[in-house]
Amino acid sequence: MSAKAEPWQTAEIAGPKKALLILKPEVVVAMVKRAKRPILIVGHHAAEDYSDDVKMIDYAIRMSKTTGIPVVATAHTISEFIKRDFHSVTCMPAMDIGNRLVDPEWKGLDGKGPYDLALFMGLPYYMEFVILAGLKSFSTNLKTISLDRFYNPHATWSFPNLSVKDWNESFEIIVNKLGGE
Amino acid sequence: MTRKRVNIKIKELKSDLGVIRDLELAFGKVIEEKWDEPMGPTPFPGMTTLRDWDMKLLQRYKPFYLPFCDVCCLCTFGKCDLTGDKRGACGLNMAAQQSRIVLLACCIGAATHIAHARHLIEHLMEKYGPNSPLDVGGLNIDVEAPVTRLVCGIKPEKLRDLEEALDYCEEQVTHCLSVTHTGQEGSNLDFESKVLHVGMVDQLGMEIADLAQTSVLGFPKADPEAPLTDLGFGVADISKPTILVIGHNVPSSVGIIDYLTDKGLLGKAEVVGICCTAHDITRYSSMAKIVGPISWQLRYIRSGLADLIVVDEQCIRADTLVEAQKVKTPVIASSPKSCLGLENRTETPSEKTISDLVEEKVPGVLILDPDKVGEVAVETVMKVAPKRNRFKIIPKIEEVIKAAQECTECNECRRACPNDQPIPEAMKAAAKGDLNPLAEILESCVGCARCDSACPNDFPIHSFLVKAGEKQLAKEKFKMRVGRGAIQDVEIREVGQPIVFGDIPGVVAIVGCANYPHGGKEVAEIAEEFAKRRFIVVTSGCAAMSIAMVKDEEGKTLYEKYLGAFDAGGIVNVGSCVSNSHIAGAAIKIANIFAKRKLRANYEEIADYIHNRVGAVGLAWGAYSQKAASIAAGFWRLGIPVIVGPHGAKYRRMLLGRKDREKDWYVYDARTGDKVYVGPAPEHLFTTAETKEEAMVLIAKLCVRPNDTSKGRAIKLTHYIDLHKRLYGVMPDDIHLYVRNKNDVPITMKNELLKMLEEKGWKEMKIPDPTLLPRLIRKRKGE
Ligand code: SF4
Ligand code: SF4
Ligand code: SF4
Repeated sequence: MSAKAEPWQTAEIAGPKKALLILKPEVVVAMVKRAKRPILIVGHHAAEDYSDDVKMIDYAIRMSKTTGIPVVATAHTISEFIKRDFHSVTCMPAMDIGNRLVDPEWKGLDGKGPYDLALFMGLPYYMEFVILAGLKSFSTNLKTISLDRFYNPHATWSFPNLSVKDWNESFEIIVNKLGGE
Repeated sequence: MTRKRVNIKIKELKSDLGVIRDLELAFGKVIEEKWDEPMGPTPFPGMTTLRDWDMKLLQRYKPFYLPFCDVCCLCTFGKCDLTGDKRGACGLNMAAQQSRIVLLACCIGAATHIAHARHLIEHLMEKYGPNSPLDVGGLNIDVEAPVTRLVCGIKPEKLRDLEEALDYCEEQVTHCLSVTHTGQEGSNLDFESKVLHVGMVDQLGMEIADLAQTSVLGFPKADPEAPLTDLGFGVADISKPTILVIGHNVPSSVGIIDYLTDKGLLGKAEVVGICCTAHDITRYSSMAKIVGPISWQLRYIRSGLADLIVVDEQCIRADTLVEAQKVKTPVIASSPKSCLGLENRTETPSEKTISDLVEEKVPGVLILDPDKVGEVAVETVMKVAPKRNRFKIIPKIEEVIKAAQECTECNECRRACPNDQPIPEAMKAAAKGDLNPLAEILESCVGCARCDSACPNDFPIHSFLVKAGEKQLAKEKFKMRVGRGAIQDVEIREVGQPIVFGDIPGVVAIVGCANYPHGGKEVAEIAEEFAKRRFIVVTSGCAAMSIAMVKDEEGKTLYEKYLGAFDAGGIVNVGSCVSNSHIAGAAIKIANIFAKRKLRANYEEIADYIHNRVGAVGLAWGAYSQKAASIAAGFWRLGIPVIVGPHGAKYRRMLLGRKDREKDWYVYDARTGDKVYVGPAPEHLFTTAETKEEAMVLIAKLCVRPNDTSKGRAIKLTHYIDLHKRLYGVMPDDIHLYVRNKNDVPITMKNELLKMLEEKGWKEMKIPDPTLLPRLIRKRKGE
């Protein structure tokens, strides 16, 4: 696994504060387990990209089923969840969920309090880039993780740019370890 | 040259002769008052005049900032890291910095339209005289300049009357720009208020430009049956010398057409255009044709189809000259704003310039006289075309395959591509002789050539794409209805009520540039979806071209299938970027002509009317420019929501409502003064849609207004629910916020919806006579 922290889209430079690299998938496992109120935000690429047999959305479903983490599907992505017979998902535009996550008074989808960890996957790279930038500067007590195959530097933690194979393997580990103790 | 007139207004003058009241003196112009509507509260508003209105909008639609950059580098104190709660050396925080950059972008955009208008009007006054009458629709239009009347409180009748409004625009943009200097404004919301101000001023600048050119150059005057024109890559008859015009300011292109006409050469040469100059030259002459939107510049130039290029201003590629030289195409720059480093030949005898260009002594020239551009361009192209013999730099198939075999799949091209196109994979296929994946990429390509710049092997990748798609491109010819200009007063009278009541479910303005995430076809698809649903679809600029570029099984484009009238189910091309002012103008005229609200310098009331009653929404699917930002800002101040495509997220901030916060959605009932909850209508003022599906659902939803009658609301909800179910596969979960009483529920879905309402604990709400302005309350409690 290469460990160079370069944004996938070459000119999308961020910083000085940049995402820490997820060099081991266990980091994600630990972060999710440690979080009191995590949330998973899934964009439309999750049902399109990366490999023919496994899609990111399938990992999202497995993650949510294992941990009970609430899922927000942006744009029309909810239709893809429903196709896969997964219904415990909230439909909300990416900008709307971003905007709620910077509001310290927002009590979350269930009204039980603010989230402390937001995991992102499947948004257009540059859209996720600016939303993560918004969260980095304007949210309080929120950590963010980019689970995409590419380094997205405004997150708190992000994978480096990965091959499909490395990325799939990482996800298998994450989902499996989240299931265990 | 002195442009300024001196106006002195004296409320009361005591002299030996007695007391004189309301004396107005003007030096340089006699003010003839021909408009009997009394002056409204806010003529020529300054930067803070409408601040209260702005703050009302900004309270409801709070900015959500998306820093595209964590640092500021605008002064030598910097760079300053503004991440989180840090402040820069000047004391500015991240929120203020983001809004400041938005203001800067909008100032650039507004300045561009206003400077465009200034050059245009100076030229037209010089050539046609300052007393040329303004006429944008003959007897069909009384309210000829709705934005100008609304903002300035003047009623322009002649070309020269526009100067006063233009002076005002220039003054306001200068003020707003000054606000972005270090150590000025400190509050993000005040920056935002100025964004709205400069957006309004931009709308005025656009109206001035289009009013002037439509009147004087004889463009279609509010004509729903404006002619169809040819559009497409293969539009030019390549047996003839071809002049390509690029840009936005039409006089030099008019010079070309006029010269061809005068010399009896019409039909002997082709004049084709890219971007808004193309729109405007087809409004001027039926012999001109359109190649396509802004993103097609490189593919056309490199294909060698243009024998001469004339650029004017705005949205021209900065490397036009470099690219043109590669294909031996001479370039004439014709605007002081875009000289391209070329020698100024304005005063040089034309024969000398022509021979220098023909003999390739110079790669191009600058000529700042539109008529002379016409002469030099035509005479040059006639001689250059046979010499050039369509010289092109698009490689041969074998060359593409050979390069593809040398590609190292390093990914640099893909990582440079704004649309993350899988170029390395396509190169891999090309190495084996399959060019189809490269051709597919061309469909979603915005023509930026960042892939070329990034490739360590210096492969001209964009040219590879063009080669791969060449056959298809050459075949492409479509029909587009040329820009009709304004909307007629009579059309407004007919649709005013159905729009305000909601029977026509909405007006969708599909506008803006071609920075699309997946090519222009999505725009055509969205346009047709809403035309079929009997919304009014209005369009302009590059989006109007993209709408033309899809054909049905019978070979018809949307412009051939749908009417150009401002009516339910129409697809209405108003024209170029500056014609966007007619879209705002239509909304303003609904308030004025249909609802009889006073127009003159009465901005706040008209905006309040539009925001609460006119279900209009803008979609700029491929917005890229600063002009697009200022155009959007002009709509925001009128309370009209705007959606941008995913690249629009880079505009750095959205204006988002929160439907979950009940307290944000109260209005006054103008009948009683009661505060009434009306639901999130419209939910946002500015947002990004991630996919075309999301854009469609959002459009339907953002057309909801507090004033909808129950019948109208039921119609709007039908479209919203129907699209949501079809594209998202589920019912929307917020219908209860939009149902005020059971009559709002669409009949066909009654059972399902009533059950849903019950589950949500829904309660009936009042339908008020909605306003955000306490001063419009007619009767207060206890009165
Ligand atoms: S303008 Fe302010 S924030 Fe920007 S570089 Fe100067 S001091 Fe820093
Ligand atoms: S940048 Fe050039 S060498 Fe690298 S993958 Fe792209 S085409 Fe191939
Ligand atoms: S020219 Fe087209 S393929 Fe190349 S980087 Fe730009 S959008 Fe991507």
